[in-house]
Parts: sequence; C-alpha cells; structure tokens
Amino acid sequence: MWWRNCRLFRLRSATRDRMLIGTSRALACVSALVVVLIVAFLIGESAPALARVGPVRFFTDESWHPTADASAGSFGLVPTLVGTLLTSAGAIALAGGLGILSAAFTRFYAPRRLAGWYALMVELMAGVPSVVYGLWGLMVLVPLIAAVRPPGASLLAGIVVLALMILPTVALLADAAFAAVPRDCVTAAAALGLTRGASVFRVVVPAARSGLFTAVVLASARALGETMAVLMVCGNVVRIPRGVFDPVRTLTATIALEMGYARGDHRAALFVCGLVLLAAVTILVATAHAAGRGRPHGTT
Amino acid sequence: MARPDARWSARALEAAVWIAPAIVAGMFLWLLGDLLARGVAAFLPREADAFDFGAAIELGRNIVAFLTSAPERAGRGGGIAPILVSTGLILAVCIAAALPFGLGTALFLSEFVPLRSRFGTLVRRSLDVLAGVPSIVFGLFGNALFCRLLGLRFSILSGGLTLACMVLPLLIRTAEESFRAVPISQRHAAAAAGFSQWSTVFRIVLPQAAPGLVAGLILGIGRALAETAALIFTSGYVDRMPGSLLDSGRALSIHIYDLSMNVPGGNAHAYASALVLIVLLVLINAAARWSTMRLLHGQERRA
Amino acid sequence: MPFPRLASIVLSIALASLIAAAGCAPGGSAGEALRRGTRITLTGSSTVAPLMSEIGKRFERRHPGVRVDVQTGGSSRGVADVRDGLAEIGMISRDLAADEADLHAFVIARDGVCVILHAENPVASLTNEQVAGIYTGRIDDWSDVGGPDAPVTVVNKAEGRSTLEVFTAYFAIDPREIRADIVIGDNEQGIKTIAGNRHAIGYVSIGAAEYGREHGVPIKLLPIDGVEASVRRVADGTFPLSRRLHLVTASPPRGLVQELIDFAQSLEVHDVVEELSFVPTP
Repeated sequence: MWWRNCRLFRLRSATRDRMLIGTSRALACVSALVVVLIVAFLIGESAPALARVGPVRFFTDESWHPTADASAGSFGLVPTLVGTLLTSAGAIALAGGLGILSAAFTRFYAPRRLAGWYALMVELMAGVPSVVYGLWGLMVLVPLIAAVRPPGASLLAGIVVLALMILPTVALLADAAFAAVPRDCVTAAAALGLTRGASVFRVVVPAARSGLFTAVVLASARALGETMAVLMVCGNVVRIPRGVFDPVRTLTATIALEMGYARGDHRAALFVCGLVLLAAVTILVATAHAAGRGRPHGTT
Repeated sequence: MARPDARWSARALEAAVWIAPAIVAGMFLWLLGDLLARGVAAFLPREADAFDFGAAIELGRNIVAFLTSAPERAGRGGGIAPILVSTGLILAVCIAAALPFGLGTALFLSEFVPLRSRFGTLVRRSLDVLAGVPSIVFGLFGNALFCRLLGLRFSILSGGLTLACMVLPLLIRTAEESFRAVPISQRHAAAAAGFSQWSTVFRIVLPQAAPGLVAGLILGIGRALAETAALIFTSGYVDRMPGSLLDSGRALSIHIYDLSMNVPGGNAHAYASALVLIVLLVLINAAARWSTMRLLHGQERRA
Repeated sequence: MPFPRLASIVLSIALASLIAAAGCAPGGSAGEALRRGTRITLTGSSTVAPLMSEIGKRFERRHPGVRVDVQTGGSSRGVADVRDGLAEIGMISRDLAADEADLHAFVIARDGVCVILHAENPVASLTNEQVAGIYTGRIDDWSDVGGPDAPVTVVNKAEGRSTLEVFTAYFAIDPREIRADIVIGDNEQGIKTIAGNRHAIGYVSIGAAEYGREHGVPIKLLPIDGVEASVRRVADGTFPLSRRLHLVTASPPRGLVQELIDFAQSLEVHDVVEELSFVPTP
C-alpha cells in the first residue's frame, strides 16, 4: 500500500510501539475525562437545588410541584424514579430475551438469505429516531391500549416502545458476541453429537457470556436514558403506577417536559433528576459487574 | 444422563428462537408499514386515482424535488435539502471525532493494560455509566461546553462533538469486546515470531476484530442519526443550507420532531422525512460495512 | 524504555487543550465580526420558533447579508440567553413575569386556548364549573355531564407551560388540585392524544386545534362562556382565553434588531402569522 512508504512506517519498531501505547493511553484519558466533565456539570447545575431544597426533600416530599423558589414548591422524586425503574426493567426483560434469541436465530438457525434480511432490518431499527418510535406509539399503540383500558398512555406502552428501541442494541451486540466465539467450540460440540439447540444454548451462549453481558448493560443504560419516546407514550403523570395500564413518568421525561419553562430552583431541581438517574445507572452497572464475575474474555 | 423434561424444554427453546424474531419483525414491520402509508401520501401526486406510468413519473419527480429543495412554510412545503446536508455533516463530525478516541481507548484497554487493572476497570465502568446519561443532559452539557465555553455557539461542530461524546461508550465497549475476542494465542504466536506490538495490532488484531467493529460503528451511526434532544441545544434549529461547520444546522431527527409535534399540519412531511432517514440509514450502513471490511479485512463480509 | 506514564498523561492534557484552542480561535475573531454586523440570533419558545423562522427568512430576503438564526429551548431559555448576551432577541409564549420587568417585550401574535374533545363525543358544551370539576376529579364520568357512560380521560399540560397557566387562571383551578390521566408537552401531542381516545378531554392552542379539525383530525372545539372557539373570535377579542407571544430584548432595541422587531409586528407578515394558525396583532 502506498502509505507504507511514509515516515511513520520506517521508524524503528520499538519507537512505533511506544508511540502507539502512549497515544492510546492519551486517548483513553480524554475519553475518561468526558465522564468526569459530565458528572461535574450535573453536580454544578444541581447544586442550588441541593443546597436550598436539600437532598432529603427530594425523597420525602409528597408530590412534584416544583417552583422557582424552593420554599414554595414540593420536589418529591420517588414516583418518577419508580417510573423510570419500572419502564426500564420491563423493557430490558423483554428486549434482552428477544434480542439474544434474535441473534441466535440469525447466526445459527436461519437460512442465509433470511438471516441477511433480518439482520438488515435490525440495523434499521437501530437508526430510527426516538421521535418516530414515539410517534408510532402515540398514534397507533396508545389508542389500541386505550380501547382495552383507558387512558392508553401507560407503563405498558412505554415498555413496548422502549423494548423496541433497545432491542437492536442487544441483538447486534449479541450477534457480534456469538461471532467472536471460536469456531472450534461449535465444531467440537457438533463432533460430540450435541443437538443444535444444545450446542447453541449450552456451549456458545456461555462462551459468549462476556459480550452478551456488555450488550445487556449497554442496552439497559440506553433504556434508562431514553427521553423522547417515553415522553410521548407513558402518560407522564407523577404517580406510582398500580398496574401496567396506569400512566407513569420517568426522570428523563420530567427533564424534557419542564426544562424549557423552568427557572431558578426548578431548573436546578431538574438537574437533580439527572443526578438521580446517573446514580441509578451507576448502581446498575456496579451490581451487574459484581453479579457477573469471571467470564471468558473477562472484561469486567 | 437423560433428564425427563429435557425434550420439551429443548423443543420450547427451538420454538422460541423462531417466535422471537417473528415477534420483532412483526412489530417493526407494523411500524414501518404505518410510516410508509403516512409518508408516501406526502409524495403522491394530487390526482392519483389510477396508478399509471404518468403518476409514477410524478411520484419520482415529487421525491426528487423533496430531496433537493429548501423547506417552506415552516417545513410543511418544499423539501429537506439543507437538512440532509446538515445531518450528513453532523454525522461526519461525530464519526471523525469518535473513531480515533474510541478505537484508541479500546486498544489501550484491551492490549496495553492488564485485565484487572484499576485504571482499566475505572475507565470501563465510567463508560458504562456514560451510556446511561439521558440525551437531553448531553444536549445541555454540549451546550455548556462546546457552545458556550469553547465558543463554538450553535453549530454543526458543537452538535457533532456532542454526539461523539454520546456514541463513545458504545464504540469503545464494542471495539474492546472485539479486540478481546481475538484469541491470546495469536498474540503469543506473533510475539514468538518477533512481531512488534504495532504490527500485532495492525496486522493481526484489527483485521480479525473487523466484524465486531462494524457492528459497533453501525450502532454508533444509528444512535447518532436517531438523536434529537442532544442536538436541539447544540447544532440548533436553523434550516438554512449550512455554509461551514460553524453554522447552525437542523438535523433530520429534529426536523421530524418539529413537524410532528410543533407545527400544525406538519405530519405528512414529518413521515416523509422519516422515510428518507431510513433510506439514508440503509445507505450509510452499507457504506460503513463495506469500507471497514475493505480497510481492515480486504474482503467482503461473510455472514 | 517504556513510554513514561507521565508523558502520556501530559499528552492527553495537551490534546484536550488543543481541541479547546481550535474551538476558541474561529469563535473569537470571525464569530465577533458576524455577531456585530450581520447575524441576529433568537432563542426561546418552540411555539414561536417556526413563526420567527419564516419571518426571519423574509427579513433576510429584504436585507441581503443579514442572517436571522432561530433556535429553540423554551421560553425561560430565551429570557436567560437574552440576559447573558447569547441572543439578541428572546421569544416567549407568555407575558413577562414579575421578575423579568427589566426586559423589553413586543407582542407579535396572539393565540387562543380552547378545550377540545374527541369528535365522536356527543357532549356539545361544558360550563366553566363542569370543566373545573372534571379537571379536579369531582366529575369523573361523562354521564355526569350529559355524555356516554364512560370514565373521563383528563389530559393536562406539563407544569410551567403558559397554556396551563392561562387555563387554570380562567377556570379558577389550583394547578396542584388537577387530577390528570395524561400529561402532555406540546399542543400537537395533545391533539394526537385526544384524537386517539374517544373519552378524552384536553386544552390546546386554538389555531392548532382548528387547523387539525379542518384537516380531518377527529377533534372538536368547545365554546367557552357561549363564545365559539375559533381564531376569528380571538381576533375580534370576544374569546375569553388567550395568550400573547412576545419578542424580548435586554436593552431597548436599535438598528437591525429594531428593524426585525418592527417587521415582525408589521402588516406585511400577517399572512405568515395566519398561516401558522396564530392571530396577528392589530
């Protein structure tokens, strides 16, 4: 190739190695810096509310009626937090199972052409904007649910739409994880006389645990952080739902709905929502990592 | 060691493997069908009673006009040409910024750091957390950092850089997984043969990790194109054809949101724009896959 | 010898500052020139944004070389950006609040707020007490107000929206007492929600509702205090529920900014205002 003649490639290999390691370390530092900056940003913007409202009130106040002046309003976040957790948990349960099964389907069960089309469809799903999912949910799904049980905009609608949105993440990453399992495993299983089902679910899946794990963690994080689509279909009522047909509000929807019109302590309180969400994600990531130790490829 | 219920559970699992994609495909095709029905209506010629050759030509002409003209009447008339350009530029900035950082970090985490090192674990965990930050917070963060602090104001550059921050965790984690999937025996063999680390990375690890990298890149592109809330505060709302990266430009997802949720009567064009976005997505994904495999693997992808 | 760890940390800081410097440079000189002479930035309410976007385009055609950049972010952001000097003009979909008296506001359009029901709901009108009763939960079935035997689905707007404030002020409802089944953000979301639920009630901008109804969306607008809910009634002042859309500046406007504001208030853009279903100022 023409670029092989340039100076970079004529350096001594030891120097090149050092450059490679140094540069990649630098890039990794900057990437880590982004996280630090965002957390600093969130803390900085929410500081006024934390100081004037106090962290305790966010969990003990009766309702969510924030005002620009901290003393006048109420800032209870518990129902909203519950809403976030329930929608995301439901979506993960649905999308995790369906996604991994989809990936197994494309890689091991489906005939080549069908697998190709299905994979293309999943890639498409990954790029459809949340607005479009939300629109479909609002115009098609919610009226359908409303016909069964009003109001229609509900936890169920949120779970379905969110599951559809994060499924491509799970499916594509699970597929990559399956692809990464060495072919020897599969051929060895066949040689031992295992049925296809056994070789997929008892050999490949355990071998791909690490990648599957990453897939589910990333998808859960995405679900927790989704804003637009849940805003359109969940109903946004600040109340702990008593069933899947009840409306819920998520932390992200609160931020999106009120940020444009909030001033003073109200605005800072919205950033506190962001902080609470970040804490939830951190706890999720920490427990997930703690729960799944010791995997092949072994990324923690 | 035959277990009494092994057979029905195995059969149930086999059934599930076929039912799951059927459900997924069913739901998505339902959505796509709804999109098509409402979106094509915007392109159809006025008096389209019988679908004849003239109507087909008219349809094609409408589509071309839509893709090449500027928006009028707050987007309910005209086309989306400047918006397509802005979207493309934002995506380009995002990938150009995210790729080096993503690949570099992933390489560092997989090749140059011991598996259980504190630094490596810290970086990984914080990236997982980053993946959960809501898009609107990214938008406000991007606004504070790129638009205000760095003085870029509402611009395509701000939007692209903010999106780069958003897709970074995705790129890094998938790239790292792909690198780690390359068996360590190959690295040992390379070392035994006298390869430098540079050569090991570029000749052995990267080419084999290519399919996984493609998956990560496609997911990243998809995420970037689908983003709305983050771009409202960074690349902005202006629907003029951008003159430079420092101009504000409206992304396709924001245009769809504005037309469907903000402007009365914008529905038809919102759906039409969504259809264009999906076609764009197919093209970009194909290009991403082809170029990655070409660059790294030197051959077409095998399923 | 391995690449010193310290050196690579330094390198990463250098990289970050390089990006920062690259960002600052063009933003400094070129940005200044643009801002001083030829670019007017407006931020604020997403309701006003499409209107000012179209007015801005007309203004650009008359003044070649001038760029009118319209951004969204909500009324409060409009006020904040104008105060911080990040925008020359702010757009708000309400009147100035008490603590915003230092700003200068200019009305550019009016917008009515009306109550809407699904088109197939037989109820033709509601008294003010009935509306208040429905929204506070005292009335929870359509049969109590002459409608079918079905529970009411109450659609409310999110906190802080000016339509909510106008609505609750007129019907004398305390926002905290509202028992909503669905909370929405934008007008179109409200319209789509009600169009999909035969037993829903909500309130949105009159212009948006009228436009929707004329284009086949299954909703109907209820009269308030006997006055028909239509853009015409808002225009002649007989409709009781309305809000005004404003442009705000931090200091008395001069030069190009003054010209833009005058243009936005002039007769020449009345057709743009009406096309977006608002009522032009007389």
